[in-house]
Formats: sequence, structure tokens, C-alpha cells
Amino acid sequence: MAPAPSSTSSDITLNINGEKHTLPVDHRTTLLDALRERLDLTGTKKGCDQGQCGACTVLLDGRRAVSCLQLAVAAEGREITTIEGLADGDRLHPVQQAFLDLDGYQCGYCTPGQICSAIAVIEEHAAGWPSAVTDDVRPEAGPPPLSPEEIRERMSGNLCRCGAYVSIAQAVARAAEAKTGEAAA
Amino acid sequence: MREFAYDRALDVSGALALLDADPDARFLGGGTNLVDLMKTGVERPARLVDVRELPLDDIEVTPDGGLRIGATVTNSDLAAHPEVRRRYPALAQAVLAGASGQLRNMATVGGNLLQRTRCGYFADVTKPCNKRVPGSGCPAIEGEHHNHAILGASEHCVATHPSDMGVALTAFDAVVSYRTADGSAGAPRGGELPLADFYLPVGDTPHRETALPPGALITGVTLPPAPVAAHSRYRKVRERASYAFAIGSIAAALDVRDGAVREVRLAFGAVASRPWRATAAERVLTGAPADAETFAAAADAELAAAKPLPHNAYKVTLMRNLVVAVLTELAEEAAR
Amino acid sequence: MTTAPTARENAVGTAHTRVEGRDKVTGAARYAGEIPFADLAHGWLVLSTVARGRIRSIDTADVLAMPGVVAVLHHGNAPRVETGYVGMLGVPDPTSAVFQHDRVPHAGWPVALVVADTSEQAREAAEALVVHYEQEPHDVDFTGEHPDAYPVDSHGPAVIEKGDLEAELAASAVVVDAEYTTPEEHHNPMEPHAATARWDGGRLELVDSNQGTFWVASELAKMFSLDPASVRVRSEHVGGGFGSKGLRAHQVAAVMAATELHRPVRVVMTRRQMFSLAGYRSPTRQRLRLGADADGRLRALEHRSLSATSTVHEFIESAAGPARTMYGADAHHTANRLVRLDVPTPTWMRAPGEAPGSFALESAFDELAEKCGLDPIELRARNDPEAGPVSGLPFSGRNLIACFREGARRFGWADRDPRPGLRREGRLLLGTGTAAASFPAGAGPSTAAVTAEADGTYTVRINAADIGTGARTAMTLVAADALRTAPDQVRVRIGDSDLGPAFIAGGSMGTRSWAWAVTIAAEELRERLALGADIPPEGITVRSDSTEAIGALAQKERHSFGAQFAEVAVDPATGEVRVRRMLGIFAAGRIVNPLTARNQFVGGMTWGISMALHEEAVRDRALGSHYGADLAGYHVAAHADVPAIEADWIDDPDPDDPVGIKGIGEIGIVGAAAAIANAVWHATGVRHRDLPIRPDRVLMAGVRA
Repeated sequence: MAPAPSSTSSDITLNINGEKHTLPVDHRTTLLDALRERLDLTGTKKGCDQGQCGACTVLLDGRRAVSCLQLAVAAEGREITTIEGLADGDRLHPVQQAFLDLDGYQCGYCTPGQICSAIAVIEEHAAGWPSAVTDDVRPEAGPPPLSPEEIRERMSGNLCRCGAYVSIAQAVARAAEAKTGEAAA
Repeated sequence: MREFAYDRALDVSGALALLDADPDARFLGGGTNLVDLMKTGVERPARLVDVRELPLDDIEVTPDGGLRIGATVTNSDLAAHPEVRRRYPALAQAVLAGASGQLRNMATVGGNLLQRTRCGYFADVTKPCNKRVPGSGCPAIEGEHHNHAILGASEHCVATHPSDMGVALTAFDAVVSYRTADGSAGAPRGGELPLADFYLPVGDTPHRETALPPGALITGVTLPPAPVAAHSRYRKVRERASYAFAIGSIAAALDVRDGAVREVRLAFGAVASRPWRATAAERVLTGAPADAETFAAAADAELAAAKPLPHNAYKVTLMRNLVVAVLTELAEEAAR
Repeated sequence: MTTAPTARENAVGTAHTRVEGRDKVTGAARYAGEIPFADLAHGWLVLSTVARGRIRSIDTADVLAMPGVVAVLHHGNAPRVETGYVGMLGVPDPTSAVFQHDRVPHAGWPVALVVADTSEQAREAAEALVVHYEQEPHDVDFTGEHPDAYPVDSHGPAVIEKGDLEAELAASAVVVDAEYTTPEEHHNPMEPHAATARWDGGRLELVDSNQGTFWVASELAKMFSLDPASVRVRSEHVGGGFGSKGLRAHQVAAVMAATELHRPVRVVMTRRQMFSLAGYRSPTRQRLRLGADADGRLRALEHRSLSATSTVHEFIESAAGPARTMYGADAHHTANRLVRLDVPTPTWMRAPGEAPGSFALESAFDELAEKCGLDPIELRARNDPEAGPVSGLPFSGRNLIACFREGARRFGWADRDPRPGLRREGRLLLGTGTAAASFPAGAGPSTAAVTAEADGTYTVRINAADIGTGARTAMTLVAADALRTAPDQVRVRIGDSDLGPAFIAGGSMGTRSWAWAVTIAAEELRERLALGADIPPEGITVRSDSTEAIGALAQKERHSFGAQFAEVAVDPATGEVRVRRMLGIFAAGRIVNPLTARNQFVGGMTWGISMALHEEAVRDRALGSHYGADLAGYHVAAHADVPAIEADWIDDPDPDDPVGIKGIGEIGIVGAAAAIANAVWHATGVRHRDLPIRPDRVLMAGVRA
């Protein structure tokens, strides 16, 4: 990418769900708007457009991020995973399946963000990251169990106005257990 | 949002040169605050110089046992780093108490220090605000201020600094490193600012927030060695359990020997235009008995300077209670 | 559906995952702002920055010269629309009839729409548009004295006075006299209001996010003086509504722009704009006076409520209403009054009236129980009326005390020491509280069509709106039972005004109203099929209209009831309150889908936590506009605020409903804030009568053991 020095738009290539998309973007375009308005990937939702609700959560290089505060032009070169990139054909990602089975949503609008966030929460916990409710953050204390309290704190960047938090947290717990079981097997 | 040019800097001197060339340019780190402010019209840069990929993303132990943290280290990586958690647990806790997992993955250390107040008048361009438009007035003083400053504010601005991370860094005497482009020769210059001197007093210039020279790029933060910091804690009070800015917070470290305070570090958040080092309290505490009475007296010494407004007087009580509660917990832990 | 029974019996009452669930978890479900259109233009609303006055002029020339800008609509050039009609739910709020005059009645009033080729261009141009105002003094202060407040009828009369209140109070052994306040609250559905309008072959088509497409279509037809058949509104997936998604400024502006520009135009509210444009729940001030004999029997009940509305439209938050259902007293006075301020018009928000009203009433009952030395549940049992306390009508079913008994058993209420301020856990004080809940059970006329397809499956056409309630799934189950088939043989189409008239997703009436019409059509179809007719390629369709059946319902007190329980932990050093657990037991008619119903009850209770502890929109008195109008400034409960909440129900089928349904959408929030506030009292010994129960309030109020 090499925009002219004073140009306010650029031709960029975004790597989304393993596919490369080349498009011209106004530098003002956020990754969220590029996905929704330009690439017809509308699974990523716009709830506040200010980083205050989490509905637009995607994975950037495997880490969760709010796409509303991520400029598209600055996302070039990064590996972007959206809700559309999680299922393996007809086989849902275990987190998606848990949300479906346990009714981890109501209106569904915050759901893609919750699911992307949940996937990252499980990864972050597996990597030993502490959270704000972890009693002892020192590495010697070891990683905390992924208790309901830990799940709720770690998922708190995803608001759900329908109030489906209880079943969302249950779905995250179930998916995390399934993953732990898988790893142990 | 105004149209803007975008450059991705690959090295520090390149970044400085790009910024230097355009007076309306801003550095872009994680973007979690700047992009939001651009959407609301508070910030209207003509150029963004993206510094996220600069090679400033290391955390290393310094030879004397402190830490050097690169400016583009994300909040997540900072909080997850074993040496941060081991040597400065309150810093890890402070970072984890801020924002959300998503935002911590994006936000950088440098950006966190430079984030702007979350005062609702500042964030709304339809309203007066001396910080945004000098001389336009401060409606918070007569209006909504229940989460505004009680310390170090002025009649021109009562906004608070929103950082959690900065509170812990302040307690631990962090020093900010920066570089600036040399206008004539082009070779970058370096400089250092203790965090205690980093934020300017509010006075009648609330729009001038830091002592960084114009065009400076924060390259990192150095934490001097502080064994006391291994016994530290960050406690944040907010109006919902998570994903909210503080209404009061405290970073504290305590070393107790034979029942007396040998060393203490204390800083407050959400009470002033900057993370507030409680030096008066520390003076009272040092050498005194490590008991609730001393802790309360120390809090009172610090809060004697508080000038609460009608709707934020509770912060005086809150901070006093936090000092006593957190120091008591640390003292009890030390006794175990 | 993972649990669909192969046998046809009783799909209703068996847990089913949502029929559209797969689309929702894969991102395939498209919401209103997500349907692509060729040549789409983007509209951005410009809102007034002054709280009262007149638009002097608008500098459009500079903005029209900006890149991509195609139009600026405002009162000087916008098409005229009709507002003097009576719609499905009354006269329209003129707030939605944008750009008709130069008056500005409140901050955040829509003054222009900037249309551009891209949303980035539209946003920048909208921000650049300079509007000159002639400002006038405003009054947005609800907390002051309002001698001009006046009574306004809504579902019932504004004022009902039965008996001699002062005499009964004087004769009472125990009196509670307290004022309660609730703040301005906003729906904030996760999906912002969004509409795309276009003209297609002489028909106006709107892709929208709303709670009733037929409703919105008929309002638009009236407003734009169009043949109702020439307006089509679709709303397939709706990202939450809670009362806010009816006809609002963005749809009207989009239609105007599409009409002027001859191209599709999308208008999406920003989150901040929603605080001015989407409606809200008025703040309330409520005074409760309860007088009782020493044994707790009520002699006097007075509930007076004051709420606010705009200067352009009347909407009253009838918080004094629930008392008319809940408790009898020899003297029973209720009054709902309204004050006009220079603020936007409020609207229905989840459990309008009941949510704030139950906070005051059920808090006051807890205070009365304390004064009488009675268990709060026993107090309610002693005052449980045989018939409507005001109407005298029989209840269609009132299982309130059964809810309390079951809830008390499961919550462990019997072990509770009623004295406040006694339970400590480390630095925390613990307490438990309870409160009653009720919400009207109603049904609205609807039409449906059920088709037996040639391949043996069925198609149900019912203009329901699934705003997260699980309506699609519920209709599938209801139709399957009526058709005596398995749910996987039934396809349900909803959310399209071309499907015909149907009641809205509102008033907790949607599922019941739609199920009624579907049941009539499905049963008639089944009877016809039983005659053994061959099914032609186009299928056999039976249509229904429930108007007559609903009109024939006998007059009764028809309500859902419930008992709420909460446990809280309070940190007296910081004022932080955390809800530890909640339990709600409901008597809310037959439960169609236990999986989604539990979720909805729990969702309502989660709103109760949010209402009790977090939600509060702040208005700057001097400027007249909101402070912190976004999701960082306006807190709704986050994951970490919400503990394990349990909701369950007792058997309570409505005898007069073909399926037995009452309605469950709103009752979950009713009483929930009171249960939490009562628990805070039990923990701290201090009554908190002003919501939300913020840390600063708890901290400064202290602890009284």
C-alpha cells in the first residue's frame, strides 16, 4: 500500500476469512463499514460505532477487536476473521453451536460480536491471561479456573440489551468445557 | 469526520518526519480513543501517521530490575506479561480494570497516556468546553459533574483523566521516553519526562494537557525498580461492575516491617485531571504504624486539598474509604 | 431445531431452539440496514443544538458543494405530510413528521437530512451544515415544582378515587408516606433504528427495523396520503425494540429523500441520535401513602405519579396504574399527571407504567411490612383481592400468592431474618428482598393465512415481528399443534406488511394475538383437510381474522403475575451494590416455548437490575440537552452485573385464550427493581427511594442497623 502523500483514499487489500479483497477505501472508512457497506459481510454489527458495545467485534490476527474503531486502511496486512468465517461449511463452530443450543441470544444483533468475543475469551484464558476478577494476578498463582465470574468479566465488553447474559455465559462455559475436554482427549 | 491522509510509519524517525511535515497530523496508535473523537468531531486531523507497527512493542527487564515498556505494547500484552504481574501486580490489575478485552487488545501504552477526558461536555461538540474550545466555558461546574475532579481542578475545567493504567504507573514513578524530530538537521532527539511532570496543571489552560514537546512521539515508559510494588493492588470503583470508567480508583503498594510502614506508594484515579500521586498521604504513612487510624489520617492529609462540587463530594468519602480499605488489605497480607 | 418431537403432540410447551437460530449465529440473518440496494444513497440526520426556538436559516450551499452530497432536506424544501389522522395506536407524535416547520421544541429535534453517495460523505456534510437558530428560554427541569401538571387518561382514567382517603389514613394504625423517583430511561436496542426507502414500480417499499410492519406501513400511507396498498414495509430481523421501534423520524426522512431523489435512501440513527429520536421512558415522581391496620390489612392506598412529555405530543407514563390491579383498600386513590417540558416525547418502554410504578408501590409495601412487623409475603397475602380492587371485575386468573409460595420455597425465604443490616461477609453487607409483579394480558386483532402445500408441508403467513421474543419459533409450534403436525413441517413467514394486518410486537400481546389468528386458520384448515380433499399445486389456504373472537371476550381483570426475589451484596465503603442472585416465579399463561420464554423472563429481570442500579439519562438543565448520551455515559447492565438469574413459572393457562397464552414480554422487569431496592434496605438498613441506586447514593446514605 502506498498512497499518494496527501491522498485521502487508498487501494487496499484486506485478508478476511482467508480471502483477499482488494478495494479502494476512503481513509475515514472503518473496518466495520468496509465489511458491511463494501464487502457485503453484514454479519458484523454496528451497535454504537464508538467502541462502547462490542457488537462489531471481530478477530484481528486472532485477537478480538472492535471493528468500529479500526480504520480499514490500518487493517491492511492483518488477518481478519468475522462471524462469517467461523463455521466449517455446514458444521458450526462449537461456540456458535453452544449459543444456538442454549439460546444464547434473543434479537441476535449482538450475537456475532458475542460469539467472536467468546472464542477469544476461551483462547485468552487458555493462554493464561488474568482478568480484573482474578484474585492473584502473579504468574506464580497460575491461571484462574474459567468460573462463571471470570466468564462474565471477560465477556463484559459485549453488551446485550435483550438481557440474554445468563444464557450467553452458559454457552461460553459449555464451549470452553468442550474445548478443554477435546484438549484432554 | 473530515477527510484525512494516512501513512503507516515503519520506523521512529520516519514517523517523526511525517508528523513534522503536517501541523494537522496526529499519531494513530490503537485508535480506540482518537478514532472515536474523530467520529464525534472533537478531533479533526488532516493526516494520521500510523505508529502501531513501529518496533516499540517490547517489554524488558532493565539491568537494575525495573521494566522498560515499549509505547506500542498493547494493554493486553502489558497486563499478561509475567514480569509485570510479578513485579508490579497493581499495574496489571489497573490495565485489566480498564475498558474491555477488545479495547485492551487494540489500545497501546503510549495512547493510553495521551487519551482524553471522558467528560461528556468535552465529548459533545455542540456544548461549550474550555478544554476543547478555550474560553467557551465549563458547563460542568454548574451542570453535571458527579464524576468530575475534586483535586487539582480549576474554575476553567473540572474534567478527570480516565486512565487506570496511568494511576498505577504514577504510583510506581514511571518515566516517559519520547523522541522529537530535529527541525533543522532531521535527526531525532530524545527526552524523558517523569509521569509526575508529564501532565500539566489545569490552571487556565485546560486545553494544554501534557508537557510533551510539539510533534513528540512517546517511545516507551520506564519503571524504576521498586520491590515494594510486588505487594501492590489496584482497586477501581465504577457504576457498573465492568466496562465503565472509574468514579474513584486507587493504586497502592505497601511494605510493612514490625508493624510500621517502611515504604508506601499511593495514587488516585478519577479524581483529578491527571493520575494523582498522593504524596501528602505517603508522607504521613511512612514510618507510622500500619493501622486503620494511620491510613485514615493519611487519606485525610491528602484529601484536605479536595475542593468538591455539590454533586461529587462523595468522592472525598470514597477515596478516604478506599485508602483505608486497600492499605488494610495490603497490611493484612503482609502480616500473613 | 434440536428437540423437535417426531410425534405431533404438544409442540407447545416443549423447548425448541429458534428456527432462525442458525442464521443468527452465523451472521447470515440480515437486519434492516444490511440489505444491499443498487445506487443507494445515505441520509444523515442533523439535529437541533438548541432546546427551544426557531430555525432562522440553514446554510445549505457550502454543504451541497461537498463531495458526494446530493441533497439537503429541511423545512424549507421538504414535502408536506399529513399529521391530522388517527393511527392504529392514536394520533401520531409529530416528532416523526420531520421538516414541516421552523419551530424547535427540544434539543435533538431533526432539522435537516443530508444525503450523499456514501455514509462517510453524508456524516461529514451533516456535521458541516450550519443552522442558525433564534433561541428561546427553555424549561427541561422535571425536579422542580409543576403547578401546571394535569391529569391525562391513557389505558384507564387518569384519576380514580374510591373511598375517603384522609379518613382511612387517619384511622390506620400504620402509615407509610414516601416519595419515589425514577429517572429518564432509554430503550437502547442493540440495533439502531434503520430504514431504507425506495420507490419500486409505483409502490413505496421500506426495509425497516420495527415492531409491526403493518402498523408502520399504515402510518406512512396516512402521513404521505398514499393508497395503503401501495406501501410495503418489511422487517425480517429486528435487533431489539422494547417499545422504541414504531414510526420515527428516520423512516419519514428516508421516504422523503427517496421520493425527491428517485433513488433508494437509507437513514440510520447514530447511537447518540437515538437518545433524542427514539423515544424514552419519562422520569417519574411518585408519592405513595399506605394506611393499614396493625395486622397489615390496607385501609388506604394512594399512588400519585407525575411524568413528563414534550410540548408537541402527549404521552403519559401511567405509573399509578398497577395499584388498581394489585391491592384493595377501603380508600383507593390513584392519579397520573403530566407536565409539559421542552424535551422529546417519551414513549412506551418495556412495561410502561408498570416498571416505574411497581418500583414505588412494591418498595412502599416493603416499608409497610417493616412497620407492621410482618413478612413482606404475608403482607401481600393479607391484601390479595378476590376481584379487581377498583373495577370489581373477576380475575381471569390470579396466582400471585402461589408464585410467592413457590418462590419463597426455592429462594430459601423461610430462613430469612427480617432485621436489616445484620449479615456480613468480609467487607460486604448482604440482604434479600422480594416484590410482586403484574402486567396486563391482552390480545389485539390479527389476520393470518395458513396453507397446506402440495408436498404435505404447511406455510403460515402471519405479520408478526420477531424482535427477539422468538415469535417465529412460537408461531411454528402453535401452528404445528393446531395442524396436528410436527414443527419441522411448518414454515412461518413474518415481518412483511403485505402479509396483512396483525397486532404489533408490543404490550406483551404479540405472541398471544398472532397465535390466536394462526390457531383459527390452522384449525379450520385441518378440518377441511380432514374431509380428504386433494391438495392442488398452489395448495389450500385458509385465512382468519381474530377481530370478532377477541371482541367477544368477557370483561375481566386479565393479567400475568409474578414474584421477584433478589439477593444483593453492598460494599458500605464504596457504595457498590451487586446482585448476587435473582429468582422470578411467574403465572403468565401457558408457556409456548420454555427455552425462549425463560430467556425472556430472565431478560426482563436483567432489565430490572439495570433499572435498579445503572440506568439514568442525564439532561443538562442550562443547555437543555443530554449529558453523555451514549453507551459509555448511559450504563446498561453488562455481563459482570448479571449473576445466575433463575426464572420459572407455575401452571396458569388463560381459560379464555385458544392456546392459553397470557404474555410474558414485560412482566420480567416489573417488581424487579423493587426487589433489589428492598434487598439493599435489608443489607444496609437504609431505604433507597431514588433510582438508580448509584454508589454515591449508597455511600452517602450510609448504613443503619
